[in-house]
Amino acid sequence: MSPAPLLEFRDLAFERNDVPLFTGLCGAVRSGDILQILGANGAGKTTLLRVLTTALTPAAGSLCWRGRPLPGQRSRYLAELAFVGHTPGLKRALSPRENLRWLGGLFPLHRERMDAALAMLGLGEWADIPCAQLSAGLLRRVALARLPLSGATLWILDEPLTAIDRDGTAQVEELLRRHQADGGAVVFSSHQALALPGVRQLALAG
Amino acid sequence: MAAPQLPELPGLAAGYGALLRRDLQLAWRQRGQAVNPLIFFVMVTALVPLAVGPEPALLTRLAPGMVWIMALLGTLLAADALFHEDFVDGALEHLVLSPQPLWLLVLAKVTAHWLVIGLPITLLSPLLGLMLALPDAGFVPLLAGLALGTLVFSLLGAVGGALTVALGGRSVLLSLLVLPLYVPVLIFGTSAVTQAVAGGGSGGPLALLGAIAALALAVAPFAAAAALRAGIDG
Amino acid sequence: MARRWQWFHRLGSPPGFYRASGYWLPWLAVAAALLLGVGLVWGLVYAPPDARQGNSFRIIYIHVPVSFLALAGYYVMAVAGAVHLIWRMKLADMVMTAAAPLGAALTFVALFSGAVWGKPTWGTYWVWDARITSMLVLLFLYLGVVALRQGFSNQEAAGRACAVLALVGTVNIPIIYKSVDWWYSLHQPATIRLTAAPSMHPDMFKPLLVMILGLYVFYALVLILNTRAEILARERRTGWVRELAMGRNQD
Repeated sequence: MSPAPLLEFRDLAFERNDVPLFTGLCGAVRSGDILQILGANGAGKTTLLRVLTTALTPAAGSLCWRGRPLPGQRSRYLAELAFVGHTPGLKRALSPRENLRWLGGLFPLHRERMDAALAMLGLGEWADIPCAQLSAGLLRRVALARLPLSGATLWILDEPLTAIDRDGTAQVEELLRRHQADGGAVVFSSHQALALPGVRQLALAG
Repeated sequence: MAAPQLPELPGLAAGYGALLRRDLQLAWRQRGQAVNPLIFFVMVTALVPLAVGPEPALLTRLAPGMVWIMALLGTLLAADALFHEDFVDGALEHLVLSPQPLWLLVLAKVTAHWLVIGLPITLLSPLLGLMLALPDAGFVPLLAGLALGTLVFSLLGAVGGALTVALGGRSVLLSLLVLPLYVPVLIFGTSAVTQAVAGGGSGGPLALLGAIAALALAVAPFAAAAALRAGIDG
Repeated sequence: MARRWQWFHRLGSPPGFYRASGYWLPWLAVAAALLLGVGLVWGLVYAPPDARQGNSFRIIYIHVPVSFLALAGYYVMAVAGAVHLIWRMKLADMVMTAAAPLGAALTFVALFSGAVWGKPTWGTYWVWDARITSMLVLLFLYLGVVALRQGFSNQEAAGRACAVLALVGTVNIPIIYKSVDWWYSLHQPATIRLTAAPSMHPDMFKPLLVMILGLYVFYALVLILNTRAEILARERRTGWVRELAMGRNQD
């Protein structure tokens, strides 16, 4: 095991229109870690996750990936990162399989495992139907199906359980458990508690 | 369990190809929507004789400018949706967070936009030339000029579309931003036709259009990428 | 990267600029008033009338300096935008925010004074002359930047978006100017050309130089005043602005 954590953030601050949203956030995510971000609505959970993905630039603070500062190795970091935001990011006119195919041009993706991943999230029979005909919960599952295919080390998930039923929650937990066992790490935001061992929590003050 | 094997990072060509293919596939599935700017292009042109009268001499004089302005408006209408649809369904987040360079993905989207809007408008333009009594000598420079010009319109439209991707009142604002930038293309494009009709050569203006297209191709994808990173945050 | 921008950040911190500029303001105001006063009286009263245009030519003492600054102002705005984009310097964004409406106003004055000049010279308020047309396109470019900033609710993103737009405009301006010149040469009607600056009589030219210099100083003065207002508006929640406001109230 390398001593440096996978992702480390120090003194992160973010402000919107010069009003601080959060300041002085520190934390580290190591191999096998699952970090849950907690906080009331408007506390900045989504913003923090987007800062961690580098989609947003913090007002102050630093991010390190595998012990080295992030700005210099952004594309390497992005190749090892899988982010699922609170919109699924799928084209409605395309089927789940077609959506995963174009995502495969943008991100590293195990194409040969596509059927297995779709089946694992209970999407087998929906794989070739346009996403416009799928429910919100099914769309969320399609978005999550990208995770096991991506081979990414770090998963950042914004409210991954929104619109997902009880069976689906169990499937997502199973997904995270396997990722944890493989030495991956997860940062996610949710109001729900997950039935997983060793989930650490970071609470944002409102 | 063995350490999970990281799948290979797709190359630049694979990234460009995947997004281009996706946008063409989407345009095909929603062909009704893609055809609308073309119908607009033809319909507004048909209004010109109704507004100014049907005398062929007058229409001949107006034809190059009218066809160019309609082409400009047609591409502008479509530029609005270029990034906004991806923004609404969250796909834009994937583009921004892809390890692929963002300018490459912008270029793929612009290519698709040109193939779906600019090229059909170019190919339809002789029809409009006929409707507006354009003399025979004007058709080739009109086709050549529009092929280059609509590419510039798509590239600059991508910058405007990226800047306004998350804003309300987007389509009007987008027009305000990019219309002044379209001025040189309009000038050289219409004069290529006018000069050919007057019996002169159209090589000069067409060469200048080509130079502008090359410059836009070199600059606009980077500008649009920077604009997207800012614009996504409305 | 981080260390570098922090250094710039200290150098160009909004409170630092606010204090320093407070000392420059009186000097700039006096210089602008002197130069513009001398230039106006010299140009409008003592300079000889033009052989062909009589006294109506005197509007160049407003029109020409304002047109210069309208164009120069776009570059000021674009450079400020680039500095903000590259080094994330807040002050640069504030300068850019201040420069956009100022430049638009100058461009409008240039167009308006051109129209007023056109009536006695050409017999009409508006002609599609190359320089007038370029100036009109410049006004549109400015209005685009102003409109884009107002479209955003997030100021930080608005600053970067406007900077990108201003830089794209900067690349385009020479092309627009050249293309409009070329367009005009194709359609040039038989009107009087008014590009007589180099052949101007020295007695007419010297006050023009004074006016140009005076307007540059005036531009700097207004830009600084606008920037200071922008600083106060954006930093109104910070301690130093509160202290400033309290201090003023007690006086």
